Amino acid sequence: MNGLAIDTSTFVMGVAIMKDSQLVGEFTTNLKKNHSLRLMPAIRQLFEEAEMKPKELDRIIVSEGPGSYTGVRIGVTTAKTLAWSLNIPIVGISSLEILAQNGRYFDGLISPFIDARRGQVYTGLYRYKNGMIIREMNDQLTLHHDWLEKLKDRFTDERILFISSDMDKHQEALVQKLEDQAVIAENTDLVLRPREMLRIGMNKGTEGGTHDFRPNYIRLAEAESKWLEGNQGEEIKNKGE
Amino acid sequence: MIEMDSNKDVIILAIETSCDETSAAVIKNGREILSNVVSSQIESHERFGGVVPEIASRHHVEQITFIIEEAMEKGEVTFEDIDAIAVTEGPGLVGALLIGVNAAKALAFAHNIPLIGVHHIAGHIYANHFVEELTFPLLTLVVSGGHTELVYMEKHGSFEVIGETRDDAVGEAYDKVARTLGLPYPGGPHIDRLAHEGEATINFPRAWLESGSYDFSFSGLKSSVINKLHNAKQKGEELSTEEIAASFQESVIDVLVTKTMLAAKEKKVKRILLAGGVAANKGLRRELTAACSKHGLELTIPPISLCTDNAAMIGAAGTILYLQGKRSNDRLNGQPGLVL
Ligand SMILES: [Zn+2]
Repeated sequence: MNGLAIDTSTFVMGVAIMKDSQLVGEFTTNLKKNHSLRLMPAIRQLFEEAEMKPKELDRIIVSEGPGSYTGVRIGVTTAKTLAWSLNIPIVGISSLEILAQNGRYFDGLISPFIDARRGQVYTGLYRYKNGMIIREMNDQLTLHHDWLEKLKDRFTDERILFISSDMDKHQEALVQKLEDQAVIAENTDLVLRPREMLRIGMNKGTEGGTHDFRPNYIRLAEAESKWLEGNQGEEIKNKGE
Repeated sequence: MIEMDSNKDVIILAIETSCDETSAAVIKNGREILSNVVSSQIESHERFGGVVPEIASRHHVEQITFIIEEAMEKGEVTFEDIDAIAVTEGPGLVGALLIGVNAAKALAFAHNIPLIGVHHIAGHIYANHFVEELTFPLLTLVVSGGHTELVYMEKHGSFEVIGETRDDAVGEAYDKVARTLGLPYPGGPHIDRLAHEGEATINFPRAWLESGSYDFSFSGLKSSVINKLHNAKQKGEELSTEEIAASFQESVIDVLVTKTMLAAKEKKVKRILLAGGVAANKGLRRELTAACSKHGLELTIPPISLCTDNAAMIGAAGTILYLQGKRSNDRLNGQPGLVL
């Protein structure tokens, strides 16, 4: 099996290639640079190094979000266009689930997160069990403060590993709230690894169609949620009359 | 004149996603449309009263492969038939541009096909190439929701912007006035329609700017219309929407047509092109046609389907770049402020 994995959901950009079921190349940067400019050159370079042609691919794996809207779209557009034009399946994986893989072998809960501005984070809860990372709570958008409260209330005696390339913004609040319960991943484990997408994605089912593949933003566009707020207000008013 | 190798057809797959239309087209030899699929998002933006960039981007990513597939099926081509992929690289909404650009790069990489970035306005201008063989020198009046420009062309692929708007684009002024009149979005066509039902009885200002300038300004006119409505409302007067629309439209068209004629004379061109979404405006078409015939100028106006954003026009402009040997590489990016 040959596969290509693409992640541009945050500032981290990752590409990895599997050839004959072996990881043969991986490219990751953790830089605030333009993904749209740099993604395709990175993909091409890996193919050249691996002496592979796009037509040899069996599937494409992409991080479907959450994360930066524009970032996620760059990865998803590239992945779904490649998949459609090469007539191979596309597999999407949650960017948080991929990040959680860095906590493999951790005995406890794993909470990967991505900064979502204004005190909010995209986060979820995972656990390493029977050799696999499994989901304990759904990926969601929440105030970081509320999330930590919730974890503290619900899991009193378990340690929780936090993984995020936005750690610098949140570490202080996190340690203050959870004290010894919180474990901060090592610096080099904070960055999403595209190779993990290959490991999970090459075995995942491929039921969805390529045309219908879309990012998982978790949240509505701002204009949309404002519009809904306004209109629900109208509905409630109408019901009250 | 660009010579084509007569033995081989040039087939271009074109992609356009600069605003709220997802479009793909297959163009043969730069002047024949094999397919031109346009998916408009107007309905999705209507309730917001204008294009919401984030929502436009979300639509593009959902539509893109579907639209390209439809264009290729209708054009009856496979990737082996395609000589190059042309895509709008700017100007436009950055998030929207990125979808087309990244899809185009993926296709170019997957099938080892040359890639060509195209300027959106060059596309609008070259929509005229489907109507007539372009003869030079020529002058194009570009009018749309985002642009108002006079572009001089000495030869294929050479663009000199000799005048542009200093504030609102024509289409923008139309939409804002339409909103003030309580007309639904997009308002331009409504004003055009109402203008034909009323008399231009109000003398709204014309911004000629300093003499010799081919620049435009529509914000003063827009404010004047808004003030007029406001004052009438305060006095409890009822103004006729048709008369306001007719008077506003007359002022806009007067400036556009007069400046185009002056520029044509100075630049000694024989041919005028009209381009952009506002080229669908009936009043403008009529007045420009009359002025051109009076001054002995040839005029080309694309059919309405090619005036609004579409990928066919990007394919037409892209074919010229292809024949001139211009190519883009993997680092092609969406450029919201790209200069012609
Ligand atoms: Zn346009």
